[in-house]
Amino acid sequence: MSESGFPSLHLVPKAEGPQSARDFKTDQEVRWCPGCGDYAVLAAVQGFMPELGIKRENTVFVSGIGCSSRFPYYMNTYGVHSIHGRAPAIATGLASARQDLSVWVVTGDGDALSIGGNHLIHALRRNVNLKILLFNNRIYGLTKGQYSPTSELGKITKSTPMGSLDAPFNPLSLAIGAEASFVARTIDSDRQHLQSVLRAAAAHEGTALVEIYQNCNIFNDGAFEALKEPGTRDEALIRLEHGQPIRYGTDLAGGVFRGPDGELFTAPVTADNEADVLVHDAHAASPATAFALSRIADADTLHHTPIGVLRDVRRPVYGELMASQLATAAAHRGPGDLATLLAGNDTWTVD
Amino acid sequence: MTSQVDQSEAVDGPDGDESRPGSGDGRPGAAVPAGPAAPGGSPPRRSKPIRRLDRVIIRFAGDSGDGMQLTGDRFTSETASFGNDLSTLPNFPAEIRAPAGTLPGVSSFQLHFADHDILTPGDAPNVLVAMNPAALKANLADLPRGAEIIVNTDEFTKRALTKVGYAADPLADGSLEAYHLHKVPLTTLTLEALKDSGLARKDAERAKNMFALGLLSWMYHRPTRGTETFLRSKFAKKPQIAEANISAFKAGWNFGETTETFAVSYEVPPAKLPAGRYRNISGNLALSYGLIAAAERSGLPLYLGSYPITPASDILHELSRHKNFGVRTFQAEDEIAGIGAALGAAFGGALGVTTTSGPGVALKSETIGLAVSLELPLLIVDIQRGGPSTGLPTKTEQADLLQAMFGRNGEAPVPIVAPATPAECFDAALEAARIAVTYRTPVFLLSDGYLANGSEPWRIPEVDGLPEIDPDFATGPNREDGAFWPYLRDPKTLARPWALPGTPGLEHRIGGIEKQDGTGNISYDPANHDFMVRTRQAKVDGIAVPEVEVDDPSGEARVLVLGWGSTYGPITAAVRRVRADGGEVAQAHLRNLNPFPANLGAVLRSYEKVVVPEMNLGQLALLLRAKYLVDAESYNQVRGLPFKAAQLADVLSAAIGTLDEEDHR
Ligand SMILES: Cc1ncc(C[n+]2csc(CCOP(=O)(O)OP(=O)(O)O)c2C)c(N)n1
Ligand code: SF4
Ligand SMILES: [Mg+2]
Repeated sequence: MSESGFPSLHLVPKAEGPQSARDFKTDQEVRWCPGCGDYAVLAAVQGFMPELGIKRENTVFVSGIGCSSRFPYYMNTYGVHSIHGRAPAIATGLASARQDLSVWVVTGDGDALSIGGNHLIHALRRNVNLKILLFNNRIYGLTKGQYSPTSELGKITKSTPMGSLDAPFNPLSLAIGAEASFVARTIDSDRQHLQSVLRAAAAHEGTALVEIYQNCNIFNDGAFEALKEPGTRDEALIRLEHGQPIRYGTDLAGGVFRGPDGELFTAPVTADNEADVLVHDAHAASPATAFALSRIADADTLHHTPIGVLRDVRRPVYGELMASQLATAAAHRGPGDLATLLAGNDTWTVD
Repeated sequence: MTSQVDQSEAVDGPDGDESRPGSGDGRPGAAVPAGPAAPGGSPPRRSKPIRRLDRVIIRFAGDSGDGMQLTGDRFTSETASFGNDLSTLPNFPAEIRAPAGTLPGVSSFQLHFADHDILTPGDAPNVLVAMNPAALKANLADLPRGAEIIVNTDEFTKRALTKVGYAADPLADGSLEAYHLHKVPLTTLTLEALKDSGLARKDAERAKNMFALGLLSWMYHRPTRGTETFLRSKFAKKPQIAEANISAFKAGWNFGETTETFAVSYEVPPAKLPAGRYRNISGNLALSYGLIAAAERSGLPLYLGSYPITPASDILHELSRHKNFGVRTFQAEDEIAGIGAALGAAFGGALGVTTTSGPGVALKSETIGLAVSLELPLLIVDIQRGGPSTGLPTKTEQADLLQAMFGRNGEAPVPIVAPATPAECFDAALEAARIAVTYRTPVFLLSDGYLANGSEPWRIPEVDGLPEIDPDFATGPNREDGAFWPYLRDPKTLARPWALPGTPGLEHRIGGIEKQDGTGNISYDPANHDFMVRTRQAKVDGIAVPEVEVDDPSGEARVLVLGWGSTYGPITAAVRRVRADGGEVAQAHLRNLNPFPANLGAVLRSYEKVVVPEMNLGQLALLLRAKYLVDAESYNQVRGLPFKAAQLADVLSAAIGTLDEEDHR
């Protein structure tokens, strides 16, 4: 990948030689449950990192608390495994102080959307240069299986034996509502797709939110089965490609259309309506269509779940704005002089 | 104290620095021949007698909308530039605009200035400026008999009087006979002075605080040029308003000079402070400058993560003005994000700072614990205010000591530094940064509302003389096999290496889970945890802090008074009083509360009685008793206001008295 492929990394020093996935592995024993979707995501990320072509020591992974948040220990970069929900805040400080770093946040559905919901939305609206990987397994894994803010209504868990009472968040709708400049979704089991989304996220200038559907085979096994089963997945998944008509299903028999009321709907594509299939525009200024797309899936069956980049627009990056204010201040007033500052304008002398 | 003063001496009269109307008369003493006019721009012409005083306490009081804080600030600036020593106490309601004319809406500003060194804003004002009946009623109890009261008679309407529960007009019913009352129609006079200004009545009326300031400036020979310059720049975009304020200010001055109401004016000669260049500074400003200085002296870029809260917000405001020093300020979505961002920046090599007050500290606790575990430098600035919960947002208190000390889960020791005076906030910030960076630890800087908003003259330090702070970043592997262990400690300080992202070969992962000694890898090993807990404690316990100094001039004192933080002024003033009365008392003041100075135990044990005044219910005393098994005696007040020197002097005298009585038994 040429360096121009990742404009968001233009201030990060380039690697001197080629890197491999192995360079990004640590000597720490990976401690997820056998079969956990987190393994696949880790391998995909380690496999992808060399593409960035930046110095490994200029990469930082920051996580909160949860199974997924163990991630930094397994990445041979700098890393902070912080506290529950606070990773976006900590990473905001780091990324806005150090523009020469590539900063990644690893978080879970509970970590990002429950205890850390506030930090997530504010990082998104600020457009800090962070790549946020939200591992959504629709359950609290680390605390052994309570329902989460993305669990379906009526979810039976240890803490909700008669079913959960609260409606779930749609993480992508939430992110778009929070002024996110980049919103994407991918799946743990589809390495190729996962890496393509990572690539787009890494290239994005500002905050990129990547929701990764991740299977917790211990406490919520099969949550995304419909999207993975060879028999159902083609029907269930809508693979978004910027500039392409949004079609899905075996032989791309289905498509997404805009109704007269402006709402999006899915329908079989025919010779008559083929020209009306919605063309995906990830760069659309208005978030309206991306928002509608984020909600097009059937909540029960997960049919018509869009994956890929829903939204990718340019907005000023927080850290750059911050740095440019410092530069402007120094240019206008000259670099700070401590003695002058301490003296102020109103002094007197005692002999 | 208002007696006539011998100019040949820097005065620290027999009754110390506090007002003690021993004569029962708070009035200035006898007139002396007119002295030289005040420098710095006061009109030179003086037709009335002038009296010389060694010190004065003035309180400006009015509605929160009357601009009393600004008036007080300006008088303070004039006084500072004149060269008096001074100490101030702003006191204002939490509401931005409490209902006009009510008691809760009263805002005041007290200023104590003298020709010698003073320590407190003073117990009792010699002069009260009351802009309305509420201001008179709310403050009268604090005035000694014989004090001067200047009232704005225009506001003493039937309605306004009824609003605050005056059945009769106190200006007319003789109830103020014990005072020297000056009835001045401030509003009318201001409107009169501004009748040609072209301003609407409402706008013109607002300049009445400047009329009052002008009058007081005349009374006390304050230089006036600074105020004119200030008004011109404050209202640079509204020159008409600027000129109106200046006209009102001048009219006030002329009113004093020309009318019969005021027969004399007073001179308080400049104080003989140690030689040097001075400015006036408030605690929050000094603290802000201290943070910038710490960044400069360490070479670390300053990163402030903060969420607005009284009385800490001014530090956020101030630092935001100094981006040309490379200062990054981040107004976070909440307190937790504020400290989180500061900690993240610290991981990246910044001097991370978060500023807040007690409620904010409560929210930050978990992240402070993380910083303890990550062993990264971080400053947590707590400008304490009255609690619990929202408490008294604009009032002072010292009740966060135990929160700073213990308010986290697990064994999470955090060093604590506490400045004693507004100007000392500068040194405290540097000291806190030195500890944080040297020992790789979060550090609490405990100031309070009184220090934050109070001000005093500050001898401006030479930059070259400020302490240097060495971040001593890790630059390469620290193991013979070429590995880097993030928790391999310096054997002397027990500090771990600080390796910044971007340093090749030092990639490492740290987190809040217990770490194996040395490698920093996750470890649940019982013995390792025990070792790590004790090591983190030992690191904090081993921090080098200066010994506590004891002031015991005769060496005969049996009672020690020990304080911390902003009680320094009142305690010291009380000690002076006790000594002036022939009592013997030793004094010590703590700037380092964790760890305590190494000699503290010995100091405590060498006195028969230890008195600990605090603006809480005995938090330091609890620590002293637990750690040193001494019978420290608490004296407590949580009124949202600093102690008065007279009050503490009584406490100390009583303590001395009890010992003497015991002897006789
Ligand atoms: C302050 C705090 N509260 C609660 C916890 C307990 N806790 C740890 S992880 C977690 C939920 C994790 O769920 P999620 O973010 O979905 O991560 P997953 O384990 O599913 O990857 C909770 C409640 C904690 N560590 N800290
Ligand atoms: S509990 Fe679930 S999410 Fe956590 S490691 Fe096991 S399988 Fe993975
Ligand atoms: Mg989860």
